[in-house]
Amino acid sequence: MSSLSLKIEFGGGLELLFSNQRSHRVTISAHVPTSTSEAGLTAKERDADAPTKPADLAYLVFWLRDNLLKERAELFVESGTVRPGILVLINDADWELEGEGEYELKNGDEIVFISTLHGG
Amino acid sequence: MPPRTCALCSDARAILKRPKTGQQICKECFFYVFETEVHNTITEAQLFKRGDRVAIGASGGKDSTVLAHVMKTLNDRYDYGLELFLLSIDEGITGYRDDSLETVKRNQQQYAMPLKILSYDELYGWTMDAIVSQVGKKNNCTFCGVFRRQALDRGAAILNVDHIVTGHNADDIAETVLMNIMRGDIARLGRCTSICTQGEDTIKRSKPFKYAYEKEIVMYAYFKKLDYFSTECIYSPDAYRGHARVFLKDLEAARPSAIIDIIHSGEAFEVKEDVKATQKIQQTCKRCGYMSSNELCKACTLLEGLERGLPNAVVTDRSRKRLDAQGPAPENLRQIPLFKLPVKLQPKMASAKTTS
Repeated sequence: MSSLSLKIEFGGGLELLFSNQRSHRVTISAHVPTSTSEAGLTAKERDADAPTKPADLAYLVFWLRDNLLKERAELFVESGTVRPGILVLINDADWELEGEGEYELKNGDEIVFISTLHGG
Repeated sequence: MPPRTCALCSDARAILKRPKTGQQICKECFFYVFETEVHNTITEAQLFKRGDRVAIGASGGKDSTVLAHVMKTLNDRYDYGLELFLLSIDEGITGYRDDSLETVKRNQQQYAMPLKILSYDELYGWTMDAIVSQVGKKNNCTFCGVFRRQALDRGAAILNVDHIVTGHNADDIAETVLMNIMRGDIARLGRCTSICTQGEDTIKRSKPFKYAYEKEIVMYAYFKKLDYFSTECIYSPDAYRGHARVFLKDLEAARPSAIIDIIHSGEAFEVKEDVKATQKIQQTCKRCGYMSSNELCKACTLLEGLERGLPNAVVTDRSRKRLDAQGPAPENLRQIPLFKLPVKLQPKMASAKTTS
């Protein structure tokens, strides 16, 4: 199974949830289980016959929460997606232009998560 | 999805979908549109005149950093003829304010603007950390907001400015409208959407970002690579505003124009005559001279509460009356120094009216 190498950046205070590190390099599989329920990621991944889809941003968010996030998941993920108030950029463009969670990841993509939820 | 082209210039790649309009625009068009909208807000409201000295309330956070940048850009581009200053208030919150002030000092270098920092400690004798240890975490934001409002006016008076601008954005104002509705605060509801507030005894204060979405401010800072400090005040998780903010974010996710629409609703509110009659008229604090709805302004009231060791007894007007009924305050309590507007901003004497 091929994998995707991605560059992840956190800003606006989010880095505090991810070991206080702004930049991360991650590798995820190119094809992932179609149903990614919030609690059942790893169980489904072990099942080699489960239907798969190309890895999308929605999957990445859960992957980050389960593998990179150190604390307070509720500050990153809410109701199956990124918490309202967190902006997402895909290769320096608004994720709303790319279909948000449905965007299919490509090798070398750079994803930036910026929180706006703090004083100005 | 295929790469999209900018809806405005039809040339460059679109990098942002504007929440206000749904338009998909490129970086350069975004900068231009964002800056021009602020310029239009300023000119339509006729906020400034040539020669005005303007203090930018700067915390080192995203809104005030972008505000300093945009004010400087517009002042140069459209020749407003303004003298710009940075004014920072140090509330004395360890791990929050001390770090963000470093950002303001960097801003001072980057934008070549004079900087004044005024602290709660020097003005009131109490840091927010000390206040929280006395008051707890429910009413502490009341103290902070009231003290900061006065502190900004005093700092501005020291700098001898005509005008204060703050980085309040559309999200903030929409949250405030919702909060005032939720708390039945009619007096504030009638005032909170004004772009420019001025009392007889206070310095004009405006919000050029009134119609600017928080999302766009953050994107502007990101793409312009502006340096800002981004951590939540350590006391904010318990603040009431948090409820309004969460609600507003959900509303925005469902319908992005909700934020501007709430502001328009707020602007259209008109307080009923019989309700208006029960509102208090503005007076001057008999202790420090600042504007007040009562004999003593809120800041003096809160400070007295702190000094007497009864801070929670003075937060609401009702509890204040109960405290007063128990007897007068002891003498020799620390007080806030007398407040005086710069001479040029003091209300003119009636006899000086001339025909022209």
